[in-house]
Amino acid sequence: MDVSYLLFILMLSVFLGFELINKVPATLHTPLMSGANAISGITVVGAVALAGSGNEDLAQWLGAGAVALASVNVVGGYMVTDRMLGFFKKKEG
Amino acid sequence: MTIELIIQLGYVIAAGLFIFGLKMLGSPDTARKGNGISAVGMLVAIVAALLDQGIVQYEYILGGMIVGGAVGAVAARTVAMTSMPEMVALFNGVGGAASGLVGVAALSIADGSFTYITIILSILIGGVTFTGSLVAYGKLSETIGSGAVTFGGQKFVNGLIVIGILASAVMFVMDPTNTNMLYAVVGLSLLFGIMVVIPIGGADMPVVISLLNSYSGLAACAAGFAVDNNVLIVAGSLVGASGIILTQIMCKAMNRSLSNVLFSGFASVSTTVTEVEGEIKPISVEDAYYVLEAATNVAIIPGYGMAVAQAQHVVKELMELLEANGCEVNYGIHPVAGRMPGHMNVLLAEADVPYDQLLEMDDINPRMETVDVAIVIGANDVVNPAAREVESSPIYGMPVINVADARTVFVLKRSMASGFAGIENPLFYKDNTRMLFGDAKESIGGLVREFS
Repeated sequence: MDVSYLLFILMLSVFLGFELINKVPATLHTPLMSGANAISGITVVGAVALAGSGNEDLAQWLGAGAVALASVNVVGGYMVTDRMLGFFKKKEG
Repeated sequence: MTIELIIQLGYVIAAGLFIFGLKMLGSPDTARKGNGISAVGMLVAIVAALLDQGIVQYEYILGGMIVGGAVGAVAARTVAMTSMPEMVALFNGVGGAASGLVGVAALSIADGSFTYITIILSILIGGVTFTGSLVAYGKLSETIGSGAVTFGGQKFVNGLIVIGILASAVMFVMDPTNTNMLYAVVGLSLLFGIMVVIPIGGADMPVVISLLNSYSGLAACAAGFAVDNNVLIVAGSLVGASGIILTQIMCKAMNRSLSNVLFSGFASVSTTVTEVEGEIKPISVEDAYYVLEAATNVAIIPGYGMAVAQAQHVVKELMELLEANGCEVNYGIHPVAGRMPGHMNVLLAEADVPYDQLLEMDDINPRMETVDVAIVIGANDVVNPAAREVESSPIYGMPVINVADARTVFVLKRSMASGFAGIENPLFYKDNTRMLFGDAKESIGGLVREFS
């Protein structure tokens, strides 16, 4: 893909990120962080192509390692965030 | 429709779901659903990625996912909420390592200087995030000392490492067949991650975790450039932006610049002995009960000490008894209370405290004058009036919760040792302050027994 096109995406999403996160209240900052952790597990998407290349070389093993590590982030991150957010309740009545 | 187009559309949908999920995190009412939407986005992205025609062998992928997913699931289910900072630190490190590995593995498909540069970047950021997070984990869990580690010539050594990274990176990009240079970047990045976190003291860990959180996103972003994948760039930069904002909030709450947090370990610590006037006035549980029974407005200011003593559940019991007694109870939560942003809120939410009673510093301070009793539980520096009154204090200028404005202040404290930052606290000597010595959980438990 064209480099300038990728940089364009980068710039827009950084600004969007700032706008979105600024609206998150302080009370939710810990779940925000663990949720962000889960999202950074997106690396798994880049890793699967490398882990499935079928070349039986070092790159494939490294890719498989990356898949495993990123899966820790994805599964662990979303689950623990969900667990935490389940605690937040409004006052009854 | 070609497979390639379907994959790209899947990525677009995933990015949209991530953005929507983060937007819903803006309110506690919708946050849980938002997290779910974000998770659906991740599922869509992974399914799309698996459609890739280049994938001919699924064993490695499945193996990795099962192992990683199982580890993640067990960790997420078993971690105690008090240990969330360590957990997040570890997850940051794992994310950084994953992106670094993708960078190394992407070498097999790389061509063109730009790709080599982005590979180097993902290895560098990923490596620093990985070892930096491990050190942060060690400090937070106190498996290694939480103090700042400094030695003579540290700046010089760090400078050498940076020059070494730059030099080997340039040489590798100029001649990508020279893999020794690549290994040098890997090794030096890992070393650099350790070196940048060891001089930072335990009290500054909220800033460090936020920053490493940001790095783990940026590493994913760099990996996205390396493998030419725009969903990695979008998701990575969202995480990067989130970490940077949290870092800023933490720095502001400590009235320090980021560079001051990162490098202050190098400055010689000036230990100015502040003469504090007045005397310590201890109070018994029984007397504290009589004061609380007559109070109509109570503010509870928790700190990390509450988490250490596991006192959040008895605090909630006390809150219920006070409310039954016709008293208004609120919590005042300083942005850097605890070891990570929002840590106290999660602990109190776990103990069933409604989130609308968890007030931010700027909301509780104007009300403080109408508060009859402010109960400080295991917090120290975030309620230290020296930040407002003593110009020579190292924390002068830091915004604090003005508990001294309340009619009476109870400070629950184990002993007279100074806080995590090691700074004397004049609050303990104020006329309207009473010290309730002992384990916070036992002291509050005693108050609960007096009420019932």
